[in-house]
Amino acid sequence: MTEFSPRIVAFCCNWCSYVGADLAGTSRLKYPDNIRIMRVMCSGQVFPSYILKALELGADGVLVAGCHIGDCHYVSGNKKAQERVETLLRVMKTLGLDPRRVRLEWISASEGMKFASTVKEFVEEIKELGPNLLGVR
Amino acid sequence: MKDEPRIGVFVCHCGTNIGGYVDVPSVVEYARTLVGVVHAERNTYTCADDGLTAIKKAIKDHNLNRVIVASCTPRTHAPLFRSAVADAGLNPYLFELVNIREHCSWVHMKEKEAATQKAKDLIRMGVARTALLEPQEEIRISVTPSALVIGGGIAGMTAALSIANQGFKVDIVEKDSEMGGMLRYLNDLYPGGRKASLVMDEFIGKVKNHPKIEVHTSSTIKKVDGYIGNFTVSVQNEKVPLDIKTGIIVVATGADEFKPVNLYGYSGSGNVLTELELEERLKNGSLQKLDSAIFIQCVGSRGEGRSYCSRICCNVAIKNSKLLKQTFPEADINILHNGIHAYGTYEKMYREAQELGVGFRKYSKEKPPEVTVDGERMRVKLYHELMGREIEYTPDIIVLSTPLIPHPENGDLSRMLKVPLGQDGFFLEAHVKLRPVDFATDGIFLCGSARAPADIIESINQGYSAASRAAIPLMNGYVQAEAITAVVDETKCIGCGYCASICPYRAASMNEKTVVAEEVSYITRKSYINPALCKGCGTCAAGCPAGAITPNHFTLPQIMATIKAFQQPGAYIYDRIKA
Repeated sequence: MTEFSPRIVAFCCNWCSYVGADLAGTSRLKYPDNIRIMRVMCSGQVFPSYILKALELGADGVLVAGCHIGDCHYVSGNKKAQERVETLLRVMKTLGLDPRRVRLEWISASEGMKFASTVKEFVEEIKELGPNLLGVR
Repeated sequence: MKDEPRIGVFVCHCGTNIGGYVDVPSVVEYARTLVGVVHAERNTYTCADDGLTAIKKAIKDHNLNRVIVASCTPRTHAPLFRSAVADAGLNPYLFELVNIREHCSWVHMKEKEAATQKAKDLIRMGVARTALLEPQEEIRISVTPSALVIGGGIAGMTAALSIANQGFKVDIVEKDSEMGGMLRYLNDLYPGGRKASLVMDEFIGKVKNHPKIEVHTSSTIKKVDGYIGNFTVSVQNEKVPLDIKTGIIVVATGADEFKPVNLYGYSGSGNVLTELELEERLKNGSLQKLDSAIFIQCVGSRGEGRSYCSRICCNVAIKNSKLLKQTFPEADINILHNGIHAYGTYEKMYREAQELGVGFRKYSKEKPPEVTVDGERMRVKLYHELMGREIEYTPDIIVLSTPLIPHPENGDLSRMLKVPLGQDGFFLEAHVKLRPVDFATDGIFLCGSARAPADIIESINQGYSAASRAAIPLMNGYVQAEAITAVVDETKCIGCGYCASICPYRAASMNEKTVVAEEVSYITRKSYINPALCKGCGTCAAGCPAGAITPNHFTLPQIMATIKAFQQPGAYIYDRIKA
């Protein structure tokens, strides 16, 4: 049996976290290949339904990354993202979904290192959780 | 779908930056198999001339209506590719950049197979999204070529003169019966010791005689409507209300001096004074004789309740202590302080005061000076930390250096302008370092002590800054609004007002609409997002309980298709999502 290789979707805001991921690249930092980054303008643009859809379709983890609180390019979009993700996590619990599959992180444009280490950590955590069974058809 | 997608995919080797770690030919082969893709090729450098030519040629040869470049981060080359696509006659928003360098080849340099698979996935996701992309139009908003400055103090007058000298009409709205602001109460200015009244008269003269400036004294702002380029400000003066149309607004409302009632024996009369009251006595010459004076710093600031440093009071006290010492050389003058902040070149002034014989005595926060007032007789007790004992002074006057505090009416004005106040009650700029005289809301600027305590030099500097920032839209005559904005579907909008409550740019607002339904008509509320103000963050859309708001270029179907493309490689993505 081959080792479980998680499939992780990341929503990165255009101004901070996407650039942080770029910096990880320009710094040639190595991180696991399990993640696929989707660019959004702001972490506040992430509909909670995107996260649920990704899980429903079998993503083993979803990362939402935005600017640090107080540094949002759009003033306060990340605070809204935080409220929504926190609410979603509570809803996930009541639905029997493991909230550990969803992670919210603040990663600035200068934190390439943090981006890489976040991905590493998250992949390890998801490996421990095992595959998302919603994806089994 | 209006037109079947005909997508061209251009995979860049980026020399060896991508080509060395990703099997580019196999990625191109794979891209050709994707639904919607009619052409795929690889280039050594897609961003080079031959690469851009190849894109334009392929758009013509294959009748492409969408283009994907799989190369580096969109943050550097997207504008270049967009303009190439536009050159070939496509809307530039029908272009997508897939990042297979920073997000793939450069972070997976030792795993060619995994990197190649990831590149394929990312392109598949990009294709799914691109198939659903729609053209976006960049809109231009015309700008009324005039400015309105709120506040006729030194900062406001500087800004008004600067804007007017650039050829634009300026209205100054001043709540008092005369201009000049804080300058009216000042005696000498530091550094250099010029009379405040001379500086003020010079400025007021220039403003009053300027053909482009109109001054409205004893006038207050009652209402502000509109947005950058097109504000309407309702002004109330003693006689008639007035509507002023303006392109931009400068907030230069200044600040008040804190009156320390019940602190250190201050009652508003007698010989315990604030700095402004001392300046007034110096100005009108009512201070005839002086044997001893005490200044106490940080009265009502840098403590609980009002924690900020008012910044200018140390320099003001040093300036005034020097002046007193020069006028009354025999007098004993001491400044009791909790750390002197004579920043920058004011260190020189501080040293000069020391050389003149002004005493600087430190008090500690835990043991502040004690003042007792008994009729004419005043006593100040200071615990001297180094000597470890109390010293007593019997001064003729006690001068309390109190902070500048925000006007109580800042709250009303901030609500009318829809701009924020900071936690201390001063107006809050868009970014403390990078945008110090802008508000987050376009077309509104700030300067002087409305923002934070500022001295005359700083107020003038900021007045010029605000004027130069404000002149940009006025000079251009238009503002380019974001092409990527959010739009409301009124049929879905339930009128809850959530979007209007969270939009940091006040782009979303609720309007009353009359709905006619067969036999009855009723009035309901519908959201409207002003494309001139919307920055396209999409936060309102993600929170809309009715799903009535679409963030253009990042629509729900586009994102869902991308998610789906990641998880279900074989799906006919755009068909299913659209169905």
